[in-house]
Amino acid sequence: MKKYSFLSLVSGAATGHKDWPRAWRKPEPKKAYDVIIVGGGGHGLATAYYLAKEHGITRVAVLEKGPIGLGNTGRNTTIIRSNYLWDESAHLYEKSLKLFEGLSRNVNFNTMVSQRGVLNLAHTLHDLRELQRRVNAIRFNGIDSEVLDAQQTKAFCPILNISPSCRYPVLGASLQRRGGVARHDAVAWGFARAADDLGVDIIENCEVTGIRRDGDQVTGVETTRGLIQAPKVGIVVAGHTSVLAGMAGLRLPITSHPLQALVSEPIKPVIDCVVMSNQVHVYVSQSDKGELVIGAGIDAYNGYGQRGSLPTIEHQLSALMELFPIFSRLRMLRQWAGTVDTCPDASPIISRTPVRGFYINGGWGTGGFKATPGSGWVFAHTIAQDRPHPLNAAFSLDRFATGALVDEHGAAAVAH
Amino acid sequence: MLIIPCPWCGDRDESEFKYGGEAHIERPLDPDALTDEAWADFLFMRRNTKGPFLERWMHAAGCRRWFNLARDTATNQVFGAYRIGERAPAAYWDAVGQPAEKNGKTPPGWRVVTGGAAEATPAAEVALAARKVSA
Repeated sequence: MKKYSFLSLVSGAATGHKDWPRAWRKPEPKKAYDVIIVGGGGHGLATAYYLAKEHGITRVAVLEKGPIGLGNTGRNTTIIRSNYLWDESAHLYEKSLKLFEGLSRNVNFNTMVSQRGVLNLAHTLHDLRELQRRVNAIRFNGIDSEVLDAQQTKAFCPILNISPSCRYPVLGASLQRRGGVARHDAVAWGFARAADDLGVDIIENCEVTGIRRDGDQVTGVETTRGLIQAPKVGIVVAGHTSVLAGMAGLRLPITSHPLQALVSEPIKPVIDCVVMSNQVHVYVSQSDKGELVIGAGIDAYNGYGQRGSLPTIEHQLSALMELFPIFSRLRMLRQWAGTVDTCPDASPIISRTPVRGFYINGGWGTGGFKATPGSGWVFAHTIAQDRPHPLNAAFSLDRFATGALVDEHGAAAVAH
Repeated sequence: MLIIPCPWCGDRDESEFKYGGEAHIERPLDPDALTDEAWADFLFMRRNTKGPFLERWMHAAGCRRWFNLARDTATNQVFGAYRIGERAPAAYWDAVGQPAEKNGKTPPGWRVVTGGAAEATPAAEVALAARKVSA
């Protein structure tokens, strides 16, 4: 792998940037691997990278039905944070945020991690009390978080409207200064390039059409490019987890929904942090290109169509107008949707299954991007050791029978 | 925006409705006899079909009645609505490749959880096995 550095950039410029090598190979699928990862998004590529790097398993294939990183990895609003209420979630997302902090250096790829601070607004007295409770819980877990009053919130984000005459006035906010954004595409590309360098085969345009089993042991997958054998198969296919699990004969507590986002026309820098509001339900940040990146909640109905309904967008834009009247004449440039798979307790499933050698990583709902490196890290451990890491032990499939749910509805600082 | 044909009020915008998720999940008749796994199956496990799907809607800003809708979750094509207790429209059965006259009102292979562990469904067995694996 050609190491990316300032010097390589200079030498690249000297030759007109014509001689850059491929970032990763385009291998033909082999007949068999030690581990097959289905899904070439950020989580799947991270899993493959950590399998090779942390566990020395390099006979790994990542199968992706299209080009890598064009599913939910390329469709999210790029926010990273770890201010979750419950211990299980806090530890998992904090692991991920810590991996994000060293990611560019470790994978030798600029993932553009920008820890610009994440504000979560409170609009009612109950909101404010709940937020204070949450900040305390988060701090007990050793994660940075602080409470701001309305004036301090305004000082942190000057264009925010804190007028008391609003229908839902801003009474305060929690702030995680280590939260922020990362470049979603770069995360996928960085993991892909680093995994490829360690010997992982990234096989694009290879759709899995069936899961092969011998009794209760998985033996491989059928794909549009033929049968590929492996004693261990992990699925990381946000949105389509139920479909893939169904191929192995499993039914899951997951429903898939459209999640919409949109960006505005590019404008000069006006907002240098991330603002989220659970109550009026919108979140916004500004990209390096100057576009506002705006997201909110899912469409209520089940859907795999990667498009949603207009009322959902109207709702999030009216919420945005309330918080930022300055945006009232801004035009929106693009709108899109991804398919997110939501769990009843708004927490993911990172688990072994009753089918031996078949592992599931899914159900991230609307909040998967921030977990990308941590998710890959614990899933690689789960697959390599055939048992969960303590960080993901609580996110097993059997919690729906035992009742030990990790209920992050609302507690996750924004509705899932 | 979906246009939803309420069986009582006719075609209306989606924003008038509330979504109720998968249809034809029968509440257990003898709840006391149910295992934890069978409860998990009833409460949480879902088909989450990609393609033709039977689901519940409620006309919240209209007649306020619940009904069922047959819709393709991949294309959003609506096959038709039907009242509770009626059979799904023929267009749905055509889409899933099952002639309507050969079926009742429920989709093929559907589970009916009515009792205890003796009638545990495949999904319940899965949950049971999952528990053994992690034990």
